[in-house]
Amino acid sequence: MKNEPNTHEDIKAIRKLMEESTRFLSLSGLSGVIAGTAALAGALLAWLCIDKTWLLAAVAAMVLLISLSFAYLLSIKKARRDKKHFWTPVSRKMLLNLFIPLATGGILAIIFLIQGTLQLIMPVFLIFYGLALINASKFTLGEIFYLGLLEIVIGLLVTLFPGLWLPAWAVGFGLLHIVYGLVMYGKYGK
Amino acid sequence: MKDLIANLNKIFESRVRLGIMSVLTVNESYDFNSLKEALAVTDGNLASHLKALEKEGMIVVEKQFIDRRPNTSYRATEKGRTAFSEHISALENLLRDT
Repeated sequence: MKNEPNTHEDIKAIRKLMEESTRFLSLSGLSGVIAGTAALAGALLAWLCIDKTWLLAAVAAMVLLISLSFAYLLSIKKARRDKKHFWTPVSRKMLLNLFIPLATGGILAIIFLIQGTLQLIMPVFLIFYGLALINASKFTLGEIFYLGLLEIVIGLLVTLFPGLWLPAWAVGFGLLHIVYGLVMYGKYGK
Repeated sequence: MKDLIANLNKIFESRVRLGIMSVLTVNESYDFNSLKEALAVTDGNLASHLKALEKEGMIVVEKQFIDRRPNTSYRATEKGRTAFSEHISALENLLRDT
C-alpha cells in the first residue's frame, strides 16, 4: 500500500486535533507549586494577624492575585513553548466554567464578611473552589477533578470544625496545590 | 481491496479537510479564526476547503455579529458526522489489514 504511512500520519493528526480542541493542556504544574507556596506564606501571615478580620481578607486577596497571575503567565509560557495557542475556544470555555462557581463563592464570602458570619468564609472558599475545579476539569487535565474533590472534603470538614480554619487554609490552598503541582510537573513537564 | 477502500470518502482526501472535520465533530461549533490557528493554515486555503465541505452538506456555516464584528462559525451536520466516522473506520481498517 503506497499511502500507508500517510494514512497513519492522518490518524495521528486527527487524534491530536480532537484532543487539543476539546482540552486545554497548557496548565503549568509549576504554577500549582507557586500558588501553594503563596498560600502557605499567606497562612503564616494570617496566623500573625489573626484578630484583624480585614487584614486577613487583604492577605487572602493577595494570595489569590499572586496565584492567578502566575497561573496565567506560566500557562502562556507553556503554550508558547509547546507551539500551541493559549486563547482558544476551549481555554475560554474552561475559564468560564472555572469562574462561575469561583465568582459565586467569592461574592458569598464577601457577603458573609459584611454580615459577620466569619466562620463560614473558609468553608465557602474551599467548597466553591473545589466545585469550580471540578467544573473546569471537563476542559483540561483530568487530574484537576480529584484536586477539586479534596478541596470540597476539606471545606466540609472545616464547616464541622470552624476552629480549624487556619490548618484548612494551609492544607487546602497550600499543601494540596504543592503536591498537585509537583505531580503535574513530573507527569507533563513545566 | 475494493471492499477496503469502498468506505473511504473522496471529499475527505485532504489533510485540511480531515482536520476541519476532526475539530467539528468533537466541538459543537468552531469559528474561522480559531480553526485557522488549530490547523495552522492560511485564510484562503481554509476557506476553499470549508466551502467544499459546505457544498457537500458536511458542515453548515453560521454568520453572526459579536461586538459588532462579523463572526463566522461552522458546525458539522449529521450527514457530515456519519460520513466522517465511516471514513475514519475505513482508514483504521486499511491500517489494520495492510
